[in-house]
Amino acid sequence: MKKKTSMNVLDSRQLAEGIYSLVLAYPEGEAPRQVLPGQFAGLYPRDSSALLMRPISVCRWDPAEGSIRFVYRASGRGTKTFTGLKTGDRIDMLGLLGNGYETGRMRGKRVLLMGGGIGIPPMLELAAVLKGEARSVTAVLGYRNRELFLADEFRREAEVLVATEDGSIGTKGNVLDAVRAAGIQADVICACGPMPMLRAVRDFARETGACCYISLEERMACGIGACLGCITKTRQIDAHSHVRNARICTEGPVFAAEEIDF
Amino acid sequence: MPKPDLSVSIAGVTFKNPVTTASGTFGSGMEYSEFVDLNRLGAVTTKGVASSPWEGNPVPRVTEVYGGMLNAIGLQNPGVEVFVKRDLEYLKQFDTRVIVNVCGRTEEEYLAVVERLSEEAVDLLEINVSCPNVKEGAIAFGQDPDALFRITDKIRRIATQPVIMKLTPNVTSIAEMARAAEAGGADAISLINTITGMKIDIERRTFVLANKTGGMSGPAIKPVAVRMVWQAAQAVKIPIIGMGGIASAEDAIEFILAGATMVAAGAMQFHNPCLTMEIIDGIEAYMVRHQIEHVTDLIGTVQ
Ligand SMILES: Cc1cc2nc3c(=O)[nH]c(=O)nc-3n(C[C@H](O)[C@H](O)[C@H](O)COP(=O)(O)OP(=O)(O)OC[C@H]3O[C@@H](n4cnc5c(N)ncnc54)[C@H](O)[C@@H]3O)c2cc1C
Ligand SMILES: Cc1cc2nc3c(=O)[nH]c(=O)nc-3n(C[C@H](O)[C@H](O)[C@H](O)COP(=O)(O)O)c2cc1C
Ligand code: FES
Repeated sequence: MKKKTSMNVLDSRQLAEGIYSLVLAYPEGEAPRQVLPGQFAGLYPRDSSALLMRPISVCRWDPAEGSIRFVYRASGRGTKTFTGLKTGDRIDMLGLLGNGYETGRMRGKRVLLMGGGIGIPPMLELAAVLKGEARSVTAVLGYRNRELFLADEFRREAEVLVATEDGSIGTKGNVLDAVRAAGIQADVICACGPMPMLRAVRDFARETGACCYISLEERMACGIGACLGCITKTRQIDAHSHVRNARICTEGPVFAAEEIDF
Repeated sequence: MPKPDLSVSIAGVTFKNPVTTASGTFGSGMEYSEFVDLNRLGAVTTKGVASSPWEGNPVPRVTEVYGGMLNAIGLQNPGVEVFVKRDLEYLKQFDTRVIVNVCGRTEEEYLAVVERLSEEAVDLLEINVSCPNVKEGAIAFGQDPDALFRITDKIRRIATQPVIMKLTPNVTSIAEMARAAEAGGADAISLINTITGMKIDIERRTFVLANKTGGMSGPAIKPVAVRMVWQAAQAVKIPIIGMGGIASAEDAIEFILAGATMVAAGAMQFHNPCLTMEIIDGIEAYMVRHQIEHVTDLIGTVQ
């Protein structure tokens, strides 16, 4: 039987204003055989009055070390408790959860990865897996301001373009402004970020005939498909709900953009 | 001391132990089967099912509050036909009792589901009477003792399985509602459903839930639930399934001492997916420690 995993904190540090990195190792012998980019885990706050797990995406998976790196924004009550974690501490984790990206379909293709804000971290594992598999990998990273994070790590895996809302670094504007400015052509687009950005990316993919995958966020309770808290509207009636409601935690978080009604 | 006897019975149905799952927090068991050996549960109580598929509410549907959570799922369900073919079929492979939670917007809808399930492999029906009732002018069936009496009576007349009426805590007198269900012929009652709550995002100045209000559950509501189970137990003779914030075997035992024959784990399974099994083990350990042979010897024994 599965249970929550008591993960071992290997490293915990701040990367930028409000953005933190957390590396967690599985106990001996408990690491999964495979971790897919786009999957996430539920991290439990260290505060017993906060009972729900926080869904955080896999940013990097190190099979040799049996460790997962997460990069998160400390925004509320739960994520703020993570910032106090120190090497050697333990934290309860549910998962891995969700479907992840099917990278097999991207073999030999020109792949464009777009991450906006806290949608940037999951793109790093995807870039690393696609490196050498895809014909080309370009990562377009959208930040608020000059407080960049993970950009150097991305440069090791892919061509990188940066956009900042205030124009302090790279293209002024959002990820699509950067893509248009550079005239990038892609066969496949993978995107994670706020809904308005994902809509714009979907429209861009339609315009250019690219295949588009998006990673969605919603508030979650169970994380495993039981509570029906985390649904997104789909275009077709799906096999589980029979009412066009896919569960982001189970059928997602990665969807073909054209499956989603948004 | 011999191995403690955890079995209980409700309306002639026996359960290997008094632990089940609160409707809506466990799906139909499939999702949790990786974490919980369903064969160990006294019963699986399934998510509310209606006569036709329901879309439920827009998102956000869930959020956290201090010591608990709010939900406004809106009773999304695939309808009774799919439920029978997929979920009931799935549950047949396990050696556990099946309690099916039923919801509806009108009396006819409740009766249609109860009728459809009459020949199926269902051990008990749990009727969720906290849904808005269109015909009665938006007063929930569960908030008016006369309406509760009438719907219980109607369901009881056509049901082939024992009927549990699930009571809402959003009433002035839980004892009065418990008596109405008993008078209507309910074989048992379960309580509590969620307490209506609200959370506001002060930065955006918006409601956090799309539905504005949501049902509160989790450890923060447990004292209210224990009090209501005790008051209901004073008021009626039929068995009670107690729930509301159960987070441990100790919590479950509180409900049993207050008068519950069975207990259900709900939202705290989101915090600990293996909770039901820990509760069963913990009740057994408590019985050994207190030299209690039968768990039924504990029911309602608070002094
Ligand atoms: C599949 C998925 C992957 C994610 N990956 C990342 C990631 O890699 N890095 C990162 O920083 N964030 C990520 N998020 C968002 C992250 O889950 C929320 O920022 C976080 O849960 C907020 O918790 P809190 O304690 O800061 O806020 P609180 O205000 O204490 O949260 C209250 C409740 O609301 C939920 N909640 C609040 N905001 C969000 C949100 N935006 N999305 C989902 N639930 C929310 C919380 O989980 C909690 O249950 C992801 C979300 C999902 C669904
Ligand atoms: C996500 C969620 C969904 C629920 N769905 C139902 C439902 O379909 N029918 C029902 O009668 N009660 C439903 N409930 C109420 C629970 O069964 C239970 O009565 C309540 O949550 C109190 O128990 P708890 O505090 O242990 O969660 C739901 C509760 C939650 C948290
Ligand atoms: S969080 Fe419960 S179904 Fe997705």
